Amino acid sequence: MYAIARQRILGQSFQKMRPAVSVLRSYSSAAKQITVRDALNSALDEEMSADPKVFLMGEEVGEYQGAYKITKGLLEKYGPERVLDTPITEAGFTGIGVGAAYYGLKPVVEFMTFNFSMQAIDHIINSAAKSNYMSAGQISVPIVFRGPNGAAAGVGAQHSQCYASWYASCPGLKVLSPYNSEDARGLLKAAIRDPDPVVFLENELLYGESFPVSDEVLDSSFCIPIGKAKIEREGKDVTITAFSKMVGYALKAAEILEKDGIYAEVINLRSIRPLDRSTINTSVRKTNRLVTVEEGFPQHGVGAEICASVVEESFAYLDAPVERIAGADVPMPYAANLERMAVPQIEDIVRAAKRACYRSVPLAAAA
Amino acid sequence: MASWGRRSSAVAHRVMAFFQVNFHDKAVRIQTSRDFVRRHPFFKPAISSALVARSWPYVNMASLILVERFTSSVARSQVDSRHDNEEDRAMDFPGGKVTYTTELKFISGSSDKRIPCYRVLGDNGELLNDFKEVNKELAVKMYGDMVTLQIMDTFFYEAQRQGRISFYMTSSGEEAVNISSAAALSKDDIIMPQYREHGILLWRGFTLQEFANQCFGNKDDVGKGRQMPMHYGSRKLNFVTVSSPIATQLPQAAGMAYSLKMDKKDACVVAFIGDGGTSEGDFHAGLNFAAVMEAPVIFVCRNNGWAISTPISEQFRSDGVAVKGQAYGIPSIRVDGTDALAVYSAIRAARNMAVNEQRPVLVETLAYRVGHHSTSDDSTKYRSLDEIEHWKMDRDPVNRFRKWVELNGWWSEREETELRSNVKKQLMKAIQVAGGTKKPPLTALFTDVYDLPPSNLVEQEKQLKETINKYPLDFPPDVSL
Repeated sequence: MYAIARQRILGQSFQKMRPAVSVLRSYSSAAKQITVRDALNSALDEEMSADPKVFLMGEEVGEYQGAYKITKGLLEKYGPERVLDTPITEAGFTGIGVGAAYYGLKPVVEFMTFNFSMQAIDHIINSAAKSNYMSAGQISVPIVFRGPNGAAAGVGAQHSQCYASWYASCPGLKVLSPYNSEDARGLLKAAIRDPDPVVFLENELLYGESFPVSDEVLDSSFCIPIGKAKIEREGKDVTITAFSKMVGYALKAAEILEKDGIYAEVINLRSIRPLDRSTINTSVRKTNRLVTVEEGFPQHGVGAEICASVVEESFAYLDAPVERIAGADVPMPYAANLERMAVPQIEDIVRAAKRACYRSVPLAAAA
Repeated sequence: MASWGRRSSAVAHRVMAFFQVNFHDKAVRIQTSRDFVRRHPFFKPAISSALVARSWPYVNMASLILVERFTSSVARSQVDSRHDNEEDRAMDFPGGKVTYTTELKFISGSSDKRIPCYRVLGDNGELLNDFKEVNKELAVKMYGDMVTLQIMDTFFYEAQRQGRISFYMTSSGEEAVNISSAAALSKDDIIMPQYREHGILLWRGFTLQEFANQCFGNKDDVGKGRQMPMHYGSRKLNFVTVSSPIATQLPQAAGMAYSLKMDKKDACVVAFIGDGGTSEGDFHAGLNFAAVMEAPVIFVCRNNGWAISTPISEQFRSDGVAVKGQAYGIPSIRVDGTDALAVYSAIRAARNMAVNEQRPVLVETLAYRVGHHSTSDDSTKYRSLDEIEHWKMDRDPVNRFRKWVELNGWWSEREETELRSNVKKQLMKAIQVAGGTKKPPLTALFTDVYDLPPSNLVEQEKQLKETINKYPLDFPPDVSL
């Protein structure tokens, strides 16, 4: 079931549900298609070329071309002094990256998955995030921590957790999460250029997906401002917020809802910290209903923060309680059927939107 | 662990006896296969586990046949050629050639001879070798700063006891480690401290007033009132802001040193750690990485005998910290930390090695922690008063150095009195001024979280100012807007 759903997602453009042939026909004259992987690779390449202080480090980023091939070809192009293959010590190489950033270099540290970043989290939070403040501006830390985040497919509990809300709760960090290739390129470039420490949460399942990009996106000076969300699809009945892979699901859900006469507005957060509260609130004031979607654990999640923000600022505009869709409150199981049940699916988003629009029986209050 | 070693050798003896006694007719074959088994590392565990796992000490026929099967099935030609070529007595393995030995011997966990401790000054300040590196000017500055450091520590400690500041940590007993290291380094060398190295800041020019301002957290604090006392930092003086988590500075130092190396600077990084800090995972990562990256960093372990209440015997079972350097391929030395000249000389040599050879160096200084861990600690609860008194009175590094300086005719009683009274006056004034200075303004709460203030903080600051103006009695009177 999950595999079939994944198949359908991969086979389609991010705009509409169409067979492949007509997609090509409609885009033949315009945008080029690039995968998220190539978008990230080209962003790294261009930033390294533009600024000699930028260097990469992580496990398997060099000779192996990257555990997910994101850093392919970069060792060959820039040499071992700028693409460092590190021993297996997250604490070690994260510390080294932070030290280099203190000195003034701009390291891009790759975690094979953000689950492993927990072994280095003291360096990220206590050193990188807080140093500028603790040193009264004497030590800035222009470092980027990047890697796949959240659920993949069949990798179990220790490889599937989403860290967006953990890192986004910490002042001093900026937390970004791209969805498509345009996001990947623009946000990664912005992250590398930013003088503050940035946590860049990618998604393994999106690496291979292609998205159309305009010439502007492909230009080497292209950059997306940090802290601005994007309205991927306009609507008037309900606001759906999402980030990373869930944006794709939200867009699919919006198409299904349209058939029932519900026009959903889908917001791609792009930036978890700082959160674009103004875009979210403006949208809710227009639609009066909100569904937040995320893959991570529900308690203290990103959706909880968005809900609080909307209740604080746009309470009078809400016509229904805020609906939160999140992953199941269990460590991720491995078996394919159980894994599917533990992660939000398009149907869950559709049902939540309908509940928010009072189109179905509301859920009873939790015991 | 030790009993397992004994058991293994007992098993080995048994095996050998068994081979010789029962298989005369196959003696040659067994000999070669036994040699092969003993030489090939992948079989070593197989033989010992095959035998030990089974009902020890009954080495029976079945297990022997198991061994036989192992030995006989693998490339006999390999065994034969190895046996034929007398020169080929080493194994070519990733990481380098290793010579073989047919003697089953474990390297002992501890050697009978501990790494010796380098010293230059005798107990009464007499020179023990022909040391010439420190001239009068340098010696007088070093001595002056050691005295200042000692008096400063006393004053600030007392200030905490009187409730004027919240916290303090003294460097009593380690004045020589602080000042001599600073003197031996160049001002371009970047210091990554743990938290007991404020003497280095003093040497480099941090004023008594600046120390006081940081401890009081007032508006003149270089740190803008962000950190608790002792967490000094000065970019100007190349002293990275103190960070509380232990040992995080070690891999960071390696990263910084690597950056210096890429920039080809004539400078190194000097990272400090205590005896307790060497237990952290970051110690391993930092030293290992620095060695692999060939980074110019000096790791100075201030072994002062205690990690709050944890004595050395409960911290590690190795020969102190100096012995650990070799495990990482790092040259190391053990120095008498109460000997100002020895510390100076060792750090100077370490710096030359680090910068000229572009490699890490480990220096372990032995200097007893005379004071409590901090003002939150009462060390008489876990160690004897006699021990503390002995080190405080008989082994004081400042007194010892003073004797040497006086022996050279570079210092007098009059200068001593003058120095002490000046320092005390300056300190009293600094503390008084710092205590009377206003606290940082409200903006200091909100700036430097990021490079540029984010919109939510700008908004919050504005709202907070409005609220304070509206309800001034609900807020402390010394928060200036």
